[in-house]
Amino acid sequence: MDWGLFSDSLWPIVHRGLVGTIPLAVVSFAIGLVIALGIALLRLSVNPLLSWLGRAYVSLIRGTPLLVQLFVIFYGLPSLGVVIDPWPSAVVAFSLNVGGYAAEVMRAAILSVPRGQWEAAYTIGMPRATTLRRIVLPQAARVSVPPLSNTFISLVKDTSLASLILVAEAFRQAQVIAAATSEFMLLYLEVALVYWVFCTVLSFGQDRLEKVLERYV
Amino acid sequence: MSERPGTTSSPTALLRARGIRKSFGEHEVLRGVDLDVRRGQVIALIGPSGSGKTTLLRSLNGLETPSAGTLELDGGPAIDFARAPRKADRFALRDRSAMVFQHHNLFPHLTVLQNVVEGPVHVRRTPRAQAEARGLELLDRVGLATKRDAYPRELSGGQQQRVGIVRALALGPDLLLFDEPTSALDPELVGEVLGVMKELADEGWTMVVVTHELSFARAVADEVLFLDDGVVRERGRPRELFVNPREERTRAFLHRILHPLDDEPSA
Ligand SMILES: Nc1ncnc2c1ncn2[C@@H]1O[C@H](COP(=O)(O)OP(=O)(O)O)[C@@H](O)[C@H]1O
Ligand SMILES: [Mg+2]
Repeated sequence: MDWGLFSDSLWPIVHRGLVGTIPLAVVSFAIGLVIALGIALLRLSVNPLLSWLGRAYVSLIRGTPLLVQLFVIFYGLPSLGVVIDPWPSAVVAFSLNVGGYAAEVMRAAILSVPRGQWEAAYTIGMPRATTLRRIVLPQAARVSVPPLSNTFISLVKDTSLASLILVAEAFRQAQVIAAATSEFMLLYLEVALVYWVFCTVLSFGQDRLEKVLERYV
Repeated sequence: MSERPGTTSSPTALLRARGIRKSFGEHEVLRGVDLDVRRGQVIALIGPSGSGKTTLLRSLNGLETPSAGTLELDGGPAIDFARAPRKADRFALRDRSAMVFQHHNLFPHLTVLQNVVEGPVHVRRTPRAQAEARGLELLDRVGLATKRDAYPRELSGGQQQRVGIVRALALGPDLLLFDEPTSALDPELVGEVLGVMKELADEGWTMVVVTHELSFARAVADEVLFLDDGVVRERGRPRELFVNPREERTRAFLHRILHPLDDEPSA
C-alpha cells in the first residue's frame, strides 16, 4: 500500500465529494421530489388519461437503466440540437429518475392516510386541494421519510455515474488520480471508502430524523 | 356551549328528509327513510349493526349521496336525489352541519387547538386570534383548555372525542351529527363524553345521535328512531319506545342490548 499516495489523494477526493457529489445529489433530489409529487398526483387522478400518463412515466423511468437515461440527455439530445453542459445534464437525468421512483413512494404514502382524514376535512368545509395540502401531505410526508431517505442515499451513490459524462465529482476525481499514477486498486478502494463514510453519516442522519418525526405520528 | 341563534325552540323543521334510499351496488342499505329534525331537538338513531344508521347520518351532510329521496334544509336548498345533486347543494348541507365520528378522526399532525381552529381559520377565514380565543373558550367548557398544545395521540380516548366535539362546534353549525361517539371508548370514559353531549342538548343544540347508549337516549332524546334493515321500523318518545315497543323487532333489539346473554326476548 502506498500510504503516501492514499493520504495525498484523500482530500482531493473528499473535497470533490463535498463540492461535486453532494450538491449534485441534493439539487437533483430536491427537483426530483417536486416531479415526484406531480407524478404521484397524476397517478391518483380520477381522470384515466392523467393517471395513465403518470403510470407511463413511472414505467419508463423504472424500466430503463439510469446510465442510459443519462446518456440520452447528454449524448443524445445534442443530435436534436439540444446541448446541455455536463452538470445540468446530470441534474436533469437524476431529477427525472428520482421523480419516477419517489412518485411511487409518495403515492403509497398519500394512500396510507386514512379515508377518515379526508372525511373529517370535508365536514369542516375544506376543499380537496386544501385538504391535500394541509391535512394529507403532512401526514404522507412523515410516512415517506424512511423510504425517501433510502432513495436519497442510493442517489448519492448513483451520482458516480455522472463521471461518465465528465462531471467533476468524487469518482471522477479518483479516476483522474488513478490514471496518472496507475494505482487503480488503491484509488478505487479509497473512493469506495469515501462513499461508504458519506452514506453511513447520511443513514445516521436518517435515523435521527425518523426519531424526531416518530414523536408526532 | 354557546349562544345559539334561533334556538328559542321554534318548532320549525330544520331538516326534512323524505324517502331517502341508498344502494351500494346491489345492496339497498336505506329503503325509504323519512326524518324530521326540528330546531333544538335531539334525535336518537338506534338499530342493529348494518341497519343503515351510519349511512343515513352521512347522507345528512353529503358524505354519502342517496340514490333517491329529498332533503330540505330550512332556508336552504331542497335537494332531490333522484337527479344528480349539484355540488353546491351538497356543500350547503355540509356547511350547516358538523359531524362527530366514531373514531374521532382528529388530525394527528396538529395540536388540539390547531385541530379546533383549522376550519375557522383555513376555511372560514376567521382571524386566527379570534378563532383561537373562541376555540379555547370551547375547550375550556369541555375541560380541555390545558391540553391546547397536546397532540391527539397524547390524549385519552374520551379526551380525543371531546376535542372532536369541540372541532365540530367551532364552526357554529345548525346541526350536530354524532356517529356512535362512545362505542370505541373504554367503558369508564363513556360518561365524560355523554356528559358533554347532554350539556349541548340542554343548551338547545340540534342533534342527531347514533347510539347504543339507551340511558343517554332516554335522558336526552326527544325522539328515538329504530332503524332496521334500512327502514324506520318504529319511532316515538324514548319512554314509550323503550318501555312499550309496538314492534316485535324493536322489542327483540332492545332485549339484545339490555340482556346480551339471553337468547329469547322475554314476553
Ligand atoms: N361504502 C360502502 N360500500 C359498500 N357497502 C357499504 C358501504 N358503507 C356501508 N355499507 C354497507 O351498508 C350496510 C349498512 O351500513 P351502515 O350504515 O354502516 O350500518 P350501521 O351504521 O347501522 O351499522 C352494511 O351492510 C354495510 O356493509
Ligand atoms: Mg355505524
